[in-house]
Amino acid sequence: MERPVRASVFVLCALPFAWLLYGAVYGGLGPDPGEALMHSTGEWSLRILAMTLLMSPLRVWTGKPWVIKLRRMLGLYAFFYATIHFTLFLQFYTGWAGAALLQELVERPYVSAGFAAWCIMLPLAITSTRGMRRRLGQRWIKLHRQIYVAAIIACIHLLWQARSDIGEALAYLLVFGLLLAWRFRRALKANSRLKPGKV
Amino acid sequence: MAKRYFVPPIPSSEITSEGAYLNRRQFMRAAGLTASTSLMGSLSATAHGAPTGGAELEYSQATDNSQGFYTAEKQTPFDDVTAYCNFYEFGTDKGDPERYAHNMTVDPWSIEVTGAVSKPGKLHLEDLLTGFELEERVYRLRCVEAWSMVVPWVGFSLGDLLKRFEPTGKARFVAFETLYKPSEMRGTRSFTSTIDWPYREGLRMDEAMHPLTLMAVGLYGKTLPNQNGAPVRLVVPWKYGFKSIKSIVRIHVLERQPQTTWEMMQPSEYGFYANVNPQVNHPRWSQATERRLPSTLFRPNRIPTRLFNGYEEQVAELYKGMDLSRDY
Repeated sequence: MERPVRASVFVLCALPFAWLLYGAVYGGLGPDPGEALMHSTGEWSLRILAMTLLMSPLRVWTGKPWVIKLRRMLGLYAFFYATIHFTLFLQFYTGWAGAALLQELVERPYVSAGFAAWCIMLPLAITSTRGMRRRLGQRWIKLHRQIYVAAIIACIHLLWQARSDIGEALAYLLVFGLLLAWRFRRALKANSRLKPGKV
Repeated sequence: MAKRYFVPPIPSSEITSEGAYLNRRQFMRAAGLTASTSLMGSLSATAHGAPTGGAELEYSQATDNSQGFYTAEKQTPFDDVTAYCNFYEFGTDKGDPERYAHNMTVDPWSIEVTGAVSKPGKLHLEDLLTGFELEERVYRLRCVEAWSMVVPWVGFSLGDLLKRFEPTGKARFVAFETLYKPSEMRGTRSFTSTIDWPYREGLRMDEAMHPLTLMAVGLYGKTLPNQNGAPVRLVVPWKYGFKSIKSIVRIHVLERQPQTTWEMMQPSEYGFYANVNPQVNHPRWSQATERRLPSTLFRPNRIPTRLFNGYEEQVAELYKGMDLSRDY
Protein backbone atom coordinates (compact mmCIF):
# COMPACT_ATOMS: atom_id res chain seq x y z
CA MET A 1 0.00 0.00 0.00
CA GLU A 2 2.70 2.41 1.02
CA ARG A 3 4.77 2.39 -2.16
CA PRO A 4 1.97 2.92 -4.68
CA VAL A 5 0.52 5.72 -2.55
CA ARG A 6 3.87 7.45 -2.35
CA ALA A 7 4.41 7.11 -6.07
CA SER A 8 0.94 8.46 -6.84
CA VAL A 9 1.37 11.43 -4.51
CA PHE A 10 4.69 12.19 -6.19
CA VAL A 11 3.11 12.15 -9.65
CA LEU A 12 0.00 14.07 -8.56
CA CYS A 13 2.08 16.87 -7.08
CA ALA A 14 4.13 17.13 -10.27
CA LEU A 15 1.02 17.37 -12.48
CA PRO A 16 0.22 21.07 -11.91
CA PHE A 17 3.80 21.92 -12.84
CA ALA A 18 3.66 19.79 -15.97
CA TRP A 19 0.32 21.37 -16.86
CA LEU A 20 1.64 24.90 -16.41
CA LEU A 21 4.80 24.09 -18.34
CA TYR A 22 2.71 22.76 -21.20
CA GLY A 23 0.57 25.91 -21.13
CA ALA A 24 3.64 28.14 -21.03
CA VAL A 25 5.23 26.42 -24.00
CA TYR A 26 2.11 26.10 -26.14
CA GLY A 27 0.63 29.48 -25.27
CA GLY A 28 -2.44 28.20 -23.46
CA LEU A 29 -2.07 30.50 -20.48
CA GLY A 30 -3.81 33.49 -22.03
CA PRO A 31 -2.38 36.86 -22.99
CA ASP A 32 -0.60 37.38 -19.67
CA PRO A 33 1.16 34.07 -18.94
CA GLY A 34 3.40 35.66 -16.30
CA GLU A 35 0.43 36.63 -14.21
CA ALA A 36 -1.27 33.27 -14.73
CA LEU A 37 1.86 31.38 -13.70
CA MET A 38 2.50 33.59 -10.67
CA HIS A 39 -1.04 33.06 -9.48
CA SER A 40 -1.12 29.28 -10.02
CA THR A 41 2.29 28.48 -8.56
CA GLY A 42 1.50 30.52 -5.44
CA GLU A 43 -1.80 28.73 -5.03
CA TRP A 44 -0.29 25.29 -5.54
CA SER A 45 2.37 26.02 -2.99
CA LEU A 46 -0.32 26.91 -0.44
CA ARG A 47 -2.47 23.89 -1.32
CA ILE A 48 0.40 21.45 -0.99
CA LEU A 49 1.50 23.13 2.22
CA ALA A 50 -1.98 22.49 3.60
CA MET A 51 -1.69 18.85 2.56
CA THR A 52 1.70 18.66 4.30
CA LEU A 53 0.09 19.81 7.52
CA LEU A 54 -2.72 17.32 7.01
CA MET A 55 -0.37 14.32 7.32
CA SER A 56 -0.12 14.37 11.13
CA PRO A 57 -3.86 14.27 11.68
CA LEU A 58 -4.20 11.75 8.88
CA ARG A 59 -1.75 9.40 10.60
CA VAL A 60 -3.79 9.58 13.79
CA TRP A 61 -7.13 9.13 12.04
CA THR A 62 -6.02 6.22 9.85
CA GLY A 63 -3.75 4.63 12.41
CA LYS A 64 -1.19 4.04 9.64
CA PRO A 65 2.23 5.23 10.76
CA TRP A 66 3.70 5.27 7.24
CA VAL A 67 1.39 8.12 6.24
CA ILE A 68 3.80 10.52 7.92
CA LYS A 69 6.49 9.53 5.43
CA LEU A 70 4.56 11.47 2.77
CA ARG A 71 5.06 14.64 4.73
CA ARG A 72 8.62 15.38 3.65
CA MET A 73 7.83 14.90 -0.01
CA LEU A 74 4.78 17.18 0.23
CA GLY A 75 6.75 19.79 2.14
CA LEU A 76 9.45 19.78 -0.49
CA TYR A 77 6.85 20.13 -3.22
CA ALA A 78 5.33 23.14 -1.41
CA PHE A 79 8.82 24.65 -1.34
CA PHE A 80 9.33 23.75 -5.01
CA TYR A 81 6.20 25.66 -6.08
CA ALA A 82 7.07 28.58 -3.79
CA THR A 83 10.53 28.75 -5.37
CA ILE A 84 9.11 28.81 -8.88
CA HIS A 85 6.63 31.45 -7.74
CA PHE A 86 9.53 33.55 -6.44
CA THR A 87 11.63 32.96 -9.56
CA LEU A 88 8.73 34.14 -11.73
CA PHE A 89 8.45 37.23 -9.59
CA LEU A 90 12.12 37.93 -10.25
CA GLN A 91 11.60 37.42 -13.97
CA PHE A 92 8.37 39.36 -14.42
CA TYR A 93 8.45 42.04 -11.75
CA THR A 94 12.07 42.84 -11.07
CA GLY A 95 13.82 41.72 -14.26
CA TRP A 96 16.48 40.12 -12.04
CA ALA A 97 17.62 43.55 -10.83
CA GLY A 98 18.71 43.51 -7.20
CA ALA A 99 17.75 47.14 -6.70
CA ALA A 100 14.24 46.55 -8.04
CA LEU A 101 13.80 43.54 -5.76
CA LEU A 102 15.00 45.52 -2.76
CA GLN A 103 12.60 48.33 -3.57
CA GLU A 104 9.67 45.91 -3.88
CA LEU A 105 10.62 44.25 -0.59
CA VAL A 106 10.83 47.54 1.26
CA GLU A 107 7.83 49.30 -0.27
CA ARG A 108 5.28 46.52 -0.53
CA PRO A 109 4.35 44.64 2.61
CA TYR A 110 2.74 41.76 0.72
CA VAL A 111 5.98 41.17 -1.19
CA SER A 112 7.95 41.21 2.07
CA ALA A 113 5.49 38.73 3.58
CA GLY A 114 5.78 36.34 0.65
CA PHE A 115 9.55 36.60 0.70
CA ALA A 116 9.61 36.00 4.48
CA ALA A 117 7.53 32.85 4.07
CA TRP A 118 9.93 31.57 1.41
CA CYS A 119 12.94 32.41 3.62
CA ILE A 120 11.44 30.41 6.46
CA MET A 121 10.86 27.43 4.20
CA LEU A 122 14.38 27.49 2.75
CA PRO A 123 16.25 26.11 5.82
CA LEU A 124 13.46 23.56 6.33
CA ALA A 125 14.00 22.28 2.80
CA ILE A 126 17.77 22.17 3.29
CA THR A 127 17.47 20.25 6.57
CA SER A 128 14.88 17.84 5.25
CA THR A 129 17.34 15.00 4.71
CA ARG A 130 17.53 12.04 7.04
CA GLY A 131 21.14 12.85 7.92
CA MET A 132 20.31 16.43 8.92
CA ARG A 133 17.40 15.23 10.97
CA ARG A 134 19.64 12.81 12.86
CA ARG A 135 22.30 15.43 13.41
CA LEU A 136 19.93 18.13 14.64
CA GLY A 137 17.88 15.89 16.94
CA GLN A 138 15.46 17.88 19.11
CA ARG A 139 16.48 21.09 17.40
CA TRP A 140 15.19 19.68 14.10
CA ILE A 141 11.68 19.40 15.50
CA LYS A 142 11.82 22.94 16.85
CA LEU A 143 13.12 24.26 13.53
CA HIS A 144 10.50 22.47 11.48
CA ARG A 145 7.69 23.84 13.64
CA GLN A 146 8.43 27.13 11.86
CA ILE A 147 6.33 25.77 9.02
CA TYR A 148 3.25 27.00 10.94
CA VAL A 149 4.68 30.52 10.89
CA ALA A 150 5.42 30.23 7.16
CA ALA A 151 1.89 29.00 6.45
CA ILE A 152 0.25 31.87 8.31
CA ILE A 153 2.49 34.46 6.67
CA ALA A 154 1.75 32.93 3.25
CA CYS A 155 -2.00 33.31 3.92
CA ILE A 156 -1.47 36.94 4.91
CA HIS A 157 0.56 37.37 1.71
CA LEU A 158 -2.53 36.28 -0.22
CA LEU A 159 -4.99 38.25 1.92
CA TRP A 160 -2.96 41.43 1.43
CA GLN A 161 -3.41 41.21 -2.32
CA ALA A 162 -7.18 40.87 -2.29
CA ARG A 163 -8.72 43.88 -3.96
CA SER A 164 -12.42 43.46 -3.55
CA ASP A 165 -13.07 39.85 -2.60
CA ILE A 166 -11.32 38.21 0.33
CA GLY A 167 -13.15 34.89 -0.05
CA GLU A 168 -10.19 32.95 -1.40
CA ALA A 169 -7.74 34.13 1.24
CA LEU A 170 -10.30 33.44 3.97
CA ALA A 171 -10.78 29.88 2.69
CA TYR A 172 -7.05 29.19 3.01
CA LEU A 173 -6.92 30.85 6.44
CA LEU A 174 -9.80 28.63 7.54
CA VAL A 175 -8.06 25.45 6.36
CA PHE A 176 -4.79 26.36 8.05
CA GLY A 177 -6.69 27.50 11.14
CA LEU A 178 -8.41 24.10 11.42
CA LEU A 179 -5.10 22.25 10.95
CA LEU A 180 -3.47 24.33 13.66
CA ALA A 181 -6.48 24.03 15.97
CA TRP A 182 -6.29 20.24 15.71
CA ARG A 183 -2.65 20.36 16.85
CA PHE A 184 -3.38 22.82 19.61
CA ARG A 185 -6.17 20.66 20.99
CA ARG A 186 -3.98 17.56 20.87
CA ALA A 187 -1.16 19.35 22.65
CA LEU A 188 -3.57 20.49 25.36
CA LYS A 189 -4.84 16.92 25.80
CA ALA A 190 -1.33 15.53 26.01
CA ASN A 191 -0.52 18.19 28.54
CA SER A 192 -3.46 17.34 30.78
CA ARG A 193 -2.55 13.66 30.60
CA LEU A 194 0.87 14.52 31.97
CA LYS A 195 -0.75 16.37 34.88
CA PRO A 196 -3.49 14.04 36.11
CA GLY A 197 -4.30 16.32 39.05
CA LYS A 198 -5.90 18.81 36.63
CA VAL A 199 -8.48 16.26 35.36
CA MET B 1 -18.50 29.29 -24.40
CA ALA B 2 -15.62 26.88 -24.26
CA LYS B 3 -12.78 27.51 -21.84
CA ARG B 4 -9.75 28.28 -23.92
CA TYR B 5 -7.11 27.73 -21.29
CA PHE B 6 -4.46 25.14 -22.16
CA VAL B 7 -6.34 24.05 -25.24
CA PRO B 8 -5.18 25.65 -28.48
CA PRO B 9 -1.72 24.89 -29.75
CA ILE B 10 -2.10 27.90 -32.07
CA PRO B 11 -1.10 31.21 -30.49
CA SER B 12 -4.13 33.49 -30.38
CA SER B 13 -2.18 36.19 -32.17
CA GLU B 14 -2.26 34.01 -35.24
CA ILE B 15 -6.01 33.71 -35.17
CA THR B 16 -6.83 37.37 -35.69
CA SER B 17 -3.86 38.73 -37.54
CA GLU B 18 -4.13 42.32 -38.64
CA GLY B 19 -4.23 41.26 -42.25
CA ALA B 20 -7.09 38.87 -41.74
CA TYR B 21 -8.93 41.50 -39.78
CA LEU B 22 -8.56 44.09 -42.53
CA ASN B 23 -9.49 41.59 -45.22
CA ARG B 24 -12.61 40.58 -43.41
CA ARG B 25 -13.70 44.17 -43.06
CA GLN B 26 -13.14 44.83 -46.71
CA PHE B 27 -15.13 41.74 -47.52
CA MET B 28 -17.97 42.82 -45.27
CA ARG B 29 -18.07 46.26 -46.85
CA ALA B 30 -17.99 44.79 -50.32
CA ALA B 31 -20.84 42.52 -49.40
CA GLY B 32 -22.76 45.63 -48.40
CA LEU B 33 -23.99 44.32 -45.12
CA THR B 34 -25.51 46.91 -42.87
CA ALA B 35 -25.61 46.99 -39.11
CA SER B 36 -29.37 46.82 -38.93
CA THR B 37 -29.84 43.62 -40.92
CA SER B 38 -27.45 41.42 -38.98
CA LEU B 39 -27.64 43.16 -35.66
CA MET B 40 -30.54 41.64 -33.81
CA GLY B 41 -29.80 38.08 -34.74
CA SER B 42 -26.32 38.05 -33.39
CA LEU B 43 -27.09 40.02 -30.27
CA SER B 44 -29.52 37.35 -29.21
CA ALA B 45 -26.95 34.76 -30.20
CA THR B 46 -24.55 36.38 -27.75
CA ALA B 47 -27.16 36.08 -25.07
CA HIS B 48 -27.19 32.35 -25.66
CA GLY B 49 -23.46 32.06 -25.33
CA ALA B 50 -22.41 31.89 -28.96
CA PRO B 51 -18.66 32.45 -29.17
CA THR B 52 -17.54 35.97 -30.05
CA GLY B 53 -20.87 36.55 -31.74
CA GLY B 54 -20.94 40.26 -32.43
CA ALA B 55 -22.69 41.89 -35.36
CA GLU B 56 -20.72 43.83 -37.91
CA LEU B 57 -21.05 47.57 -37.40
CA GLU B 58 -20.99 50.34 -39.94
CA TYR B 59 -18.52 53.05 -39.13
CA SER B 60 -15.84 55.35 -40.41
CA GLN B 61 -12.22 55.19 -39.43
CA ALA B 62 -10.67 57.83 -37.21
CA THR B 63 -7.12 58.56 -38.31
CA ASP B 64 -6.33 61.84 -36.60
CA ASN B 65 -3.23 60.98 -34.64
CA SER B 66 -2.83 64.53 -33.37
CA GLN B 67 -6.17 64.17 -31.58
CA GLY B 68 -5.10 60.83 -30.15
CA PHE B 69 -7.91 59.00 -31.99
CA TYR B 70 -5.58 56.49 -33.55
CA THR B 71 -2.39 54.75 -32.54
CA ALA B 72 -0.40 52.64 -34.96
CA GLU B 73 0.92 50.42 -32.16
CA LYS B 74 0.39 46.69 -32.54
CA GLN B 75 -3.17 45.85 -31.60
CA THR B 76 -3.94 43.27 -28.93
CA PRO B 77 -5.64 40.34 -30.71
CA PHE B 78 -9.42 40.06 -30.47
CA ASP B 79 -9.19 36.77 -28.58
CA ASP B 80 -7.05 38.33 -25.87
CA VAL B 81 -9.17 41.46 -25.54
CA THR B 82 -12.22 39.26 -24.99
CA ALA B 83 -10.59 36.57 -22.80
CA TYR B 84 -8.71 38.77 -20.35
CA CYS B 85 -11.16 41.10 -18.65
CA ASN B 86 -12.07 42.66 -15.36
CA PHE B 87 -15.83 42.68 -14.93
CA TYR B 88 -16.30 41.87 -11.26
CA GLU B 89 -20.04 41.44 -11.68
CA PHE B 90 -19.09 38.05 -13.14
CA GLY B 91 -16.19 37.18 -10.82
CA THR B 92 -12.75 38.45 -9.93
CA ASP B 93 -10.76 36.06 -12.11
CA LYS B 94 -9.69 37.49 -15.48
CA GLY B 95 -11.34 34.54 -17.23
CA ASP B 96 -14.64 34.80 -15.33
CA PRO B 97 -16.23 37.46 -17.56
CA GLU B 98 -15.68 35.38 -20.70
CA ARG B 99 -17.00 32.32 -18.88
CA TYR B 100 -20.13 33.83 -17.39
CA ALA B 101 -21.07 37.14 -19.05
CA HIS B 102 -23.16 35.39 -21.68
CA ASN B 103 -25.81 35.14 -18.96
CA MET B 104 -26.37 38.90 -19.16
CA THR B 105 -29.33 40.04 -21.23
CA VAL B 106 -28.20 42.95 -23.41
CA ASP B 107 -31.21 43.24 -25.67
CA PRO B 108 -33.47 45.07 -24.92
CA TRP B 109 -31.34 47.69 -23.23
CA SER B 110 -31.70 51.32 -22.33
CA ILE B 111 -29.72 54.08 -20.66
CA GLU B 112 -31.56 56.52 -18.47
CA VAL B 113 -30.19 60.07 -18.49
CA THR B 114 -31.24 62.19 -15.52
CA GLY B 115 -30.15 65.11 -13.33
CA ALA B 116 -28.96 68.53 -14.42
CA VAL B 117 -30.20 68.26 -18.00
CA SER B 118 -33.02 70.13 -19.72
CA LYS B 119 -34.30 67.06 -21.51
CA PRO B 120 -33.95 64.00 -19.28
CA GLY B 121 -34.84 60.77 -21.00
CA LYS B 122 -33.89 57.36 -22.22
CA LEU B 123 -31.71 56.00 -24.97
CA HIS B 124 -32.54 52.57 -26.31
CA LEU B 125 -30.21 50.04 -27.86
CA GLU B 126 -31.23 51.04 -31.41
CA ASP B 127 -30.52 54.71 -30.64
CA LEU B 128 -27.05 53.82 -29.46
CA LEU B 129 -26.17 51.67 -32.45
CA THR B 130 -27.73 53.67 -35.23
CA GLY B 131 -28.42 57.14 -33.82
CA PHE B 132 -24.81 58.29 -33.71
CA GLU B 133 -21.97 58.57 -36.19
CA LEU B 134 -19.89 55.55 -35.33
CA GLU B 135 -16.15 55.80 -35.62
CA GLU B 136 -13.32 53.35 -35.09
CA ARG B 137 -10.65 54.65 -32.75
CA VAL B 138 -7.56 52.74 -31.69
CA TYR B 139 -6.76 53.52 -28.06
CA ARG B 140 -4.28 52.29 -25.51
CA LEU B 141 -6.00 50.84 -22.45
CA ARG B 142 -3.94 50.90 -19.25
CA CYS B 143 -5.27 48.92 -16.29
CA VAL B 144 -4.43 50.02 -12.75
CA GLU B 145 -3.04 46.48 -12.30
CA ALA B 146 -0.15 47.43 -14.62
CA TRP B 147 -1.15 45.60 -17.78
CA SER B 148 -2.18 47.32 -20.99
CA MET B 149 -3.71 46.62 -24.38
CA VAL B 150 -4.27 48.39 -27.68
CA VAL B 151 -7.90 48.10 -28.72
CA PRO B 152 -9.73 49.20 -31.88
CA TRP B 153 -13.01 50.45 -30.39
CA VAL B 154 -16.07 51.48 -32.36
CA GLY B 155 -18.20 54.19 -30.83
CA PHE B 156 -19.04 57.87 -30.57
CA SER B 157 -18.01 60.74 -28.32
CA LEU B 158 -19.78 60.89 -24.97
CA GLY B 159 -20.10 64.62 -25.57
CA ASP B 160 -22.42 63.95 -28.53
CA LEU B 161 -24.66 61.91 -26.29
CA LEU B 162 -24.71 64.41 -23.44
CA LYS B 163 -25.48 67.35 -25.75
CA ARG B 164 -28.74 65.68 -26.79
CA PHE B 165 -29.99 65.91 -23.24
CA GLU B 166 -28.89 69.55 -22.91
CA PRO B 167 -26.90 69.80 -19.69
CA THR B 168 -27.89 72.87 -17.66
CA GLY B 169 -25.57 75.47 -16.18
CA LYS B 170 -25.41 73.43 -13.00
CA ALA B 171 -23.91 70.40 -14.73
CA ARG B 172 -20.40 69.93 -13.35
CA PHE B 173 -20.03 66.16 -13.05
CA VAL B 174 -21.38 63.04 -14.70
CA ALA B 175 -22.07 59.80 -12.81
CA PHE B 176 -22.46 56.39 -14.46
CA GLU B 177 -23.89 53.11 -13.28
CA THR B 178 -23.43 49.55 -14.54
CA LEU B 179 -26.31 47.11 -14.75
CA TYR B 180 -26.91 45.39 -11.40
CA LYS B 181 -28.83 42.19 -11.89
CA PRO B 182 -27.83 39.47 -9.41
CA SER B 183 -29.85 36.81 -11.22
CA GLU B 184 -27.59 37.19 -14.26
CA MET B 185 -24.40 38.34 -12.56
CA ARG B 186 -22.93 35.68 -10.32
CA GLY B 187 -20.11 37.91 -9.01
CA THR B 188 -22.61 40.24 -7.36
CA ARG B 189 -23.89 37.29 -5.33
CA SER B 190 -20.52 36.68 -3.63
CA PHE B 191 -20.77 36.88 0.16
CA THR B 192 -17.15 37.87 0.57
CA SER B 193 -17.15 40.72 -1.93
CA THR B 194 -16.63 44.19 -0.50
CA ILE B 195 -18.11 46.01 -3.48
CA ASP B 196 -21.25 48.05 -2.91
CA TRP B 197 -23.19 47.33 -6.12
CA PRO B 198 -24.09 48.71 -8.58
CA TYR B 199 -20.66 49.59 -9.99
CA ARG B 200 -20.36 53.37 -10.17
CA GLU B 201 -18.02 55.72 -11.96
CA GLY B 202 -17.84 59.41 -12.64
CA LEU B 203 -16.17 62.16 -14.63
CA ARG B 204 -15.88 65.90 -14.36
CA MET B 205 -17.97 67.65 -17.04
CA ASP B 206 -14.94 68.85 -19.02
CA GLU B 207 -13.50 65.30 -19.00
CA ALA B 208 -16.85 63.94 -20.15
CA MET B 209 -17.05 66.47 -22.99
CA HIS B 210 -13.46 65.86 -24.12
CA PRO B 211 -13.38 64.51 -27.69
CA LEU B 212 -11.28 61.49 -26.63
CA THR B 213 -13.97 60.27 -24.21
CA LEU B 214 -15.68 57.50 -26.10
CA MET B 215 -18.93 55.62 -25.71
CA ALA B 216 -17.96 52.29 -27.25
CA VAL B 217 -20.53 49.96 -28.77
CA GLY B 218 -18.04 47.69 -30.48
CA LEU B 219 -14.49 46.47 -30.89
CA TYR B 220 -12.71 45.04 -33.90
CA GLY B 221 -15.58 46.19 -36.07
CA LYS B 222 -18.27 44.20 -34.25
CA THR B 223 -20.69 44.87 -31.43
CA LEU B 224 -19.14 44.48 -27.97
CA PRO B 225 -18.94 40.99 -26.52
CA ASN B 226 -20.77 40.88 -23.17
CA GLN B 227 -17.56 40.52 -21.18
CA ASN B 228 -16.25 43.75 -22.68
CA GLY B 229 -19.26 45.71 -21.48
CA ALA B 230 -22.04 45.15 -23.99
CA PRO B 231 -23.98 46.86 -25.29
CA VAL B 232 -22.36 50.17 -24.40
CA ARG B 233 -19.42 51.18 -22.26
CA LEU B 234 -17.26 54.17 -21.58
CA VAL B 235 -13.62 54.37 -22.72
CA VAL B 236 -11.49 57.11 -21.17
CA PRO B 237 -8.06 56.30 -22.58
CA TRP B 238 -5.93 58.57 -20.38
CA LYS B 239 -7.33 57.11 -17.15
CA TYR B 240 -6.91 53.69 -15.55
CA GLY B 241 -9.21 51.07 -16.99
CA PHE B 242 -11.59 50.95 -14.05
CA LYS B 243 -12.86 54.42 -14.98
CA SER B 244 -14.10 52.98 -18.28
CA ILE B 245 -17.35 51.66 -16.83
CA LYS B 246 -19.08 48.80 -18.63
CA SER B 247 -22.67 47.95 -19.53
CA ILE B 248 -24.04 51.39 -18.63
CA VAL B 249 -27.71 51.69 -17.62
CA ARG B 250 -27.74 55.11 -16.02
CA ILE B 251 -26.11 58.49 -16.55
CA HIS B 252 -26.76 61.13 -13.93
CA VAL B 253 -25.56 64.70 -14.47
CA LEU B 254 -24.97 66.53 -11.24
CA GLU B 255 -23.48 69.53 -9.47
CA ARG B 256 -21.24 67.70 -7.04
CA GLN B 257 -18.54 65.09 -7.45
CA PRO B 258 -20.14 61.65 -7.32
CA GLN B 259 -18.81 58.73 -5.29
CA THR B 260 -17.23 55.98 -7.34
CA THR B 261 -16.96 52.28 -6.59
CA TRP B 262 -13.22 51.87 -6.12
CA GLU B 263 -12.90 55.14 -4.29
CA MET B 264 -15.64 54.10 -1.87
CA MET B 265 -13.88 50.81 -1.23
CA GLN B 266 -10.31 51.96 -0.84
CA PRO B 267 -9.83 55.74 -1.14
CA SER B 268 -6.13 55.51 -0.29
CA GLU B 269 -5.54 53.35 -3.37
CA TYR B 270 -8.02 54.59 -5.97
CA GLY B 271 -8.75 58.26 -6.53
CA PHE B 272 -11.63 59.91 -8.37
CA TYR B 273 -9.37 61.11 -11.18
CA ALA B 274 -7.36 57.90 -11.68
CA ASN B 275 -5.23 59.48 -14.39
CA VAL B 276 -2.52 57.15 -15.63
CA ASN B 277 0.63 58.46 -13.97
CA PRO B 278 3.94 56.60 -13.73
CA GLN B 279 5.06 58.90 -10.92
CA VAL B 280 2.21 58.07 -8.56
CA ASN B 281 2.41 54.46 -7.44
CA HIS B 282 -0.47 52.37 -6.29
CA PRO B 283 0.34 51.74 -2.61
CA ARG B 284 0.78 48.04 -3.34
CA TRP B 285 2.65 48.17 -6.64
CA SER B 286 4.63 50.44 -8.91
CA GLN B 287 2.97 52.19 -11.83
CA ALA B 288 6.25 53.06 -13.55
CA THR B 289 5.97 50.26 -16.10
CA GLU B 290 3.27 48.07 -17.62
CA ARG B 291 2.94 44.69 -19.32
CA ARG B 292 1.70 45.24 -22.86
CA LEU B 293 -0.47 42.28 -23.73
CA PRO B 294 -0.12 39.76 -25.14
CA SER B 295 3.14 38.90 -23.45
CA THR B 296 4.97 35.60 -23.43
CA LEU B 297 6.92 33.80 -20.77
CA PHE B 298 10.31 34.87 -22.09
CA ARG B 299 9.21 38.21 -23.47
CA PRO B 300 7.29 39.88 -20.65
CA ASN B 301 6.84 42.93 -22.90
CA ARG B 302 7.32 45.36 -20.07
CA ILE B 303 7.27 48.96 -21.28
CA PRO B 304 7.47 52.28 -19.46
CA THR B 305 4.13 53.84 -18.58
CA ARG B 306 3.53 57.33 -19.93
CA LEU B 307 1.87 60.26 -18.18
CA PHE B 308 -1.85 60.31 -19.08
CA ASN B 309 -1.20 57.03 -20.89
CA GLY B 310 0.49 58.98 -23.68
CA TYR B 311 -2.40 61.42 -24.19
CA GLU B 312 -0.65 64.26 -22.38
CA GLU B 313 -0.77 66.55 -25.40
CA GLN B 314 -4.55 66.19 -25.59
CA VAL B 315 -5.60 66.25 -21.93
CA ALA B 316 -2.90 67.87 -19.76
CA GLU B 317 -4.74 71.20 -20.10
CA LEU B 318 -7.68 69.77 -18.11
CA TYR B 319 -5.53 69.38 -15.02
CA LYS B 320 -3.57 72.61 -15.08
CA GLY B 321 -2.78 73.77 -11.58
CA MET B 322 -3.84 70.51 -9.98
CA ASP B 323 -1.51 68.44 -7.81
CA LEU B 324 -1.91 65.01 -9.41
CA SER B 325 -0.14 63.24 -6.58
CA ARG B 326 -2.90 64.46 -4.26
CA ASP B 327 -5.78 64.34 -6.75
CA TYR B 328 -4.76 60.97 -8.12
